[in-house]
Amino acid sequence: MAGTDPISQFKVKTLFSFGTIGADENGANGVDLVFTNSALFMVLTVGLIATYLILSTRGRGLVPSRLQLVSEMSYEFIANMVRSSAGTEGMKFFPLVFSLFSFILIANMWGMFPYFFAVTSQIIITAALALLVMAVVIIYGVWKNGFGFLKLFVPSGIPLPILFIVVPIEVLSFLSRPLSLSLRLFGNILAGHIVLKVFAGFIVSLSALGALGMFGSILPFVMAVALTGLEFLVSALQAFVFAILTCIYLNDAIHPGH
Amino acid sequence: MEADAARLIGAGIATIGMGGAGVGVGIIFGNYLAAAIRNPAAAASQFSNLIFGFAVTEALGIFSLVIAFMILFA
Repeated sequence: MAGTDPISQFKVKTLFSFGTIGADENGANGVDLVFTNSALFMVLTVGLIATYLILSTRGRGLVPSRLQLVSEMSYEFIANMVRSSAGTEGMKFFPLVFSLFSFILIANMWGMFPYFFAVTSQIIITAALALLVMAVVIIYGVWKNGFGFLKLFVPSGIPLPILFIVVPIEVLSFLSRPLSLSLRLFGNILAGHIVLKVFAGFIVSLSALGALGMFGSILPFVMAVALTGLEFLVSALQAFVFAILTCIYLNDAIHPGH
Repeated sequence: MEADAARLIGAGIATIGMGGAGVGVGIIFGNYLAAAIRNPAAAASQFSNLIFGFAVTEALGIFSLVIAFMILFA
């Protein structure tokens, strides 16, 4: 059925092209420099965050205005989270965590508009974010602790025979972190948008059946409205989950001993 | 044609794994609620642990969902 294919909404389209660089004389093997709808919504996301935070805090009121209050509350929210899960030393990573949280939250929210593109439903975006976090954790952990960073894999107070089982499990769980961090966000947003589209497709195909079908299509319509509400919850929750997992992984880099 | 049918059946079977994640997430929230009713004062301090456990459990369900998508579309 045309128009109700649940996957076509994730298609990355070229909006305009800057041409190709690095192509050989046959015009092959080059890199296409194109501005896609994915890039457009990332620009919109960053633009909205930057504009809002700059404009709302420009007054610097001692008694904050309503707009300024939202900025201060989101600062307090993330700052408390970083302090409680990574300690005061973790506050040097506050800009990273706050940027990740606000980028994912606003990108998810842009994606909730009909016909808009959900940036976080592309695995390349979420994988890049997760690899950034893991790179920061590993580089900072090794820079700060040296070989002591390997204590991360050796929990203290465990008898030697059991260590032979525990250490491989710890290594495996560390290696699966970037995978789960990226797939969780990607899978949640992708699955949510597919389910919304499938239920919207039920409305169309049921109401094509005539009067009885139109009456019956009330059920998937109610479901689609309820699922939209659920998706807003999931969007905010996944941004929060990504931020808090970043804090917990950073805590491992700052204090590697268990 | 048989290969197409087998692919669809396989994708359906792969999503069974999400049931396990559903049970796990239910246990986590149920136990959090039970503990929060016993000691409401300590509930707020454990909220980030709740979300951490939820996220780690849910990831396993998402893995099986991604396997299903890979069977269907990749």
